[in-house]
Amino acid sequence: MELYLNLFIKSVFLENMALAFFLGMCSFLACSKRVETALGLGVAVVFVQVLTVPINQLILHHLLAEGALSWISPSLARVDLGFLAFILFIGTIAAAVQIVEMVVERFAPALYTTLGVFLPLIAVNCVILGGSLFMQERDYRFGESVVYGFGSGLGFMIAIVALAAIREKLVYSDVPHGLRGLGITFITTGLMSVAFMMFSGIQL
Amino acid sequence: MTASTSVFGKHERAALITPVIANNPIGVQVLGICSALAVTTRVDKALVMAIGVTLVTAFANLAVSLVRNYTPSSIRIIVQLAIIASLVIMVDQVLKAFLFEISLELSVFVGLIITNCIVMGRAEGYAMQNPPWASFLDGIGNGLGYGLVLILVAVVRELLGAGKLFGVTILTTQSDGGWYEPNGLMLLAPSALFTIALLIWLLRTWKPELQEKS
Amino acid sequence: MPKTDSTRYTFLFAAAVCVVCALLVAASAVGLRERQENNQVIYRQKNVLLAAGLVKPEQKVSDRELQAIFDQNIVVRLIDLKTGALVPEGKIDAKSYDQKKARNDPAQSRVAPPNPALVARLPNYGAVYLVTRGVKDTPPELVVLPIEGMAMWGTVYGFIALDRDGNTVRGLTFYDQKETPGLGGEIGNPKWQALWQGRKAYDASWEPKLTVIKGQAGPPDKDPHRIDGLSGATITSNGISRVIAFWFSRDGYAPYLKQLREGAKS
Repeated sequence: MELYLNLFIKSVFLENMALAFFLGMCSFLACSKRVETALGLGVAVVFVQVLTVPINQLILHHLLAEGALSWISPSLARVDLGFLAFILFIGTIAAAVQIVEMVVERFAPALYTTLGVFLPLIAVNCVILGGSLFMQERDYRFGESVVYGFGSGLGFMIAIVALAAIREKLVYSDVPHGLRGLGITFITTGLMSVAFMMFSGIQL
Repeated sequence: MTASTSVFGKHERAALITPVIANNPIGVQVLGICSALAVTTRVDKALVMAIGVTLVTAFANLAVSLVRNYTPSSIRIIVQLAIIASLVIMVDQVLKAFLFEISLELSVFVGLIITNCIVMGRAEGYAMQNPPWASFLDGIGNGLGYGLVLILVAVVRELLGAGKLFGVTILTTQSDGGWYEPNGLMLLAPSALFTIALLIWLLRTWKPELQEKS
Repeated sequence: MPKTDSTRYTFLFAAAVCVVCALLVAASAVGLRERQENNQVIYRQKNVLLAAGLVKPEQKVSDRELQAIFDQNIVVRLIDLKTGALVPEGKIDAKSYDQKKARNDPAQSRVAPPNPALVARLPNYGAVYLVTRGVKDTPPELVVLPIEGMAMWGTVYGFIALDRDGNTVRGLTFYDQKETPGLGGEIGNPKWQALWQGRKAYDASWEPKLTVIKGQAGPPDKDPHRIDGLSGATITSNGISRVIAFWFSRDGYAPYLKQLREGAKS
């Protein structure tokens, strides 16, 4: 339990996808003009992340890792298909996004109207693929991958909502012309990233 | 679409050159920042990453453009993804085989080239409408534009943060008996954002037509 | 132009793309595999040699020279991590033994006892690198031991070289660490690693004593159990202390080192 709690805190605050690893920056900058939009994207990321990281974990350990195919025939025990991880991960993500989109549209039309536009965007969001790749690099087990998926998604959501809130207020500031829009957003993100560094070293 | 037949016609030259500065993917199109920032602590890492992205963008554009008239539109995104992912795997394999220690440091960021918006963006936005050779050059041009920003940022960060370039000492730091007190912030993640913001500021002061209204 | 909107065509096209991509990817993966695996072995050997001081950090050595130096000077043996006994040669091929893989395989590892270094699993067998310089059946000049554990940002991996007395540190490297560059990342700085030389891992009653302190320590002969802390990196420094404390404890290498120094005496 302690392990999971620690991993959760770590993935939300310390290793924040957006502010520590700068993943998902494209949508982070593009969808953070208004809090509502940011929240929509954030929820969608959490949703997809919780689904895809554990699924990819299962694929990795039951299909791709060395010896994972020995249940088909013992002669396959030495086969290591790890190099296919990228393509399978991205395939899973694209498929999961598509399925989530259809399911949400069918059963929760209200949610679909808020989330719908963001779902296709998410298939190429680095946070999602990054989550699966970090899971692979760090050898997370199934339980850990669920917690990590949730934590990293939530971390991204917190970051993007916070940035959107700041940008809504930033409209009233007098920013130098060359810095308006993109430039000042970069600087704001940098300052937020500095603030998030204070969490470093926390261990439960 | 200008139907130029020469190898380096006007159309092709434009495809290669405009993305480097005038239509820079990072500074102007705001694409592909995701995986870029974390690899700019050292110039050699940035250089390897830039080469990787340039190769992937160029060959993905070439392949997508070659099959553009045969691709059913309903599955075109997944076809593009498959092509890009295969190229990225190949780059990753080559790095692991020939530049092992750098590949360890780049870790997941090589894989993240797949979701680099530049690659997808150019495949969907340019290669689907243009002939193979122009698409290939457009890929090279965008890769170079991306690489230029990446290396500029990395030069600033490595020089100010560690007093080195390509791992070779330029400014001897105080801990090594020199005079330079390294700016530790430059090695930390946020400094990449500050550096890019300053680059954008410079670019937009130089070319005021790029400034945003709001 | 072919009809590109029929279902049949779409499926055929998708299949064709899959086959072409799969062929390219598989060819590159299979063709380069041997080289990649070789790289990993060389990387490990290089860090063992760095810890043992047989290769200097600033030295440029080609892969072939590196392997030659390794083969001439070093013998890899496995030990039973619980008892510290050397595993007889030939039972498992020690040179190709992959300790990280073994640690993650439930059949070859166990859950580690609770420890401050937050090591989750321990392999049954641990690799030790004996610096014998090609002389057989004598106590080795140095032993190089792999260490790992949690610092601030993540697990750090390294090697520590000890004298044959199983106590005096002769070298240290960290080859995989994600500490803050410029602060905690300085654990990778050869200058700091050189401070470890000559310090003692154990006190007179053979309890692990070596720690990284805050501030500066004295010279090794006066201040044998303490090492200068890294300024601005207290958490990393403490993490390294815990990693060292764990690996020199009874759950780590203490049983093996005891046998080593008793063997060296006789």
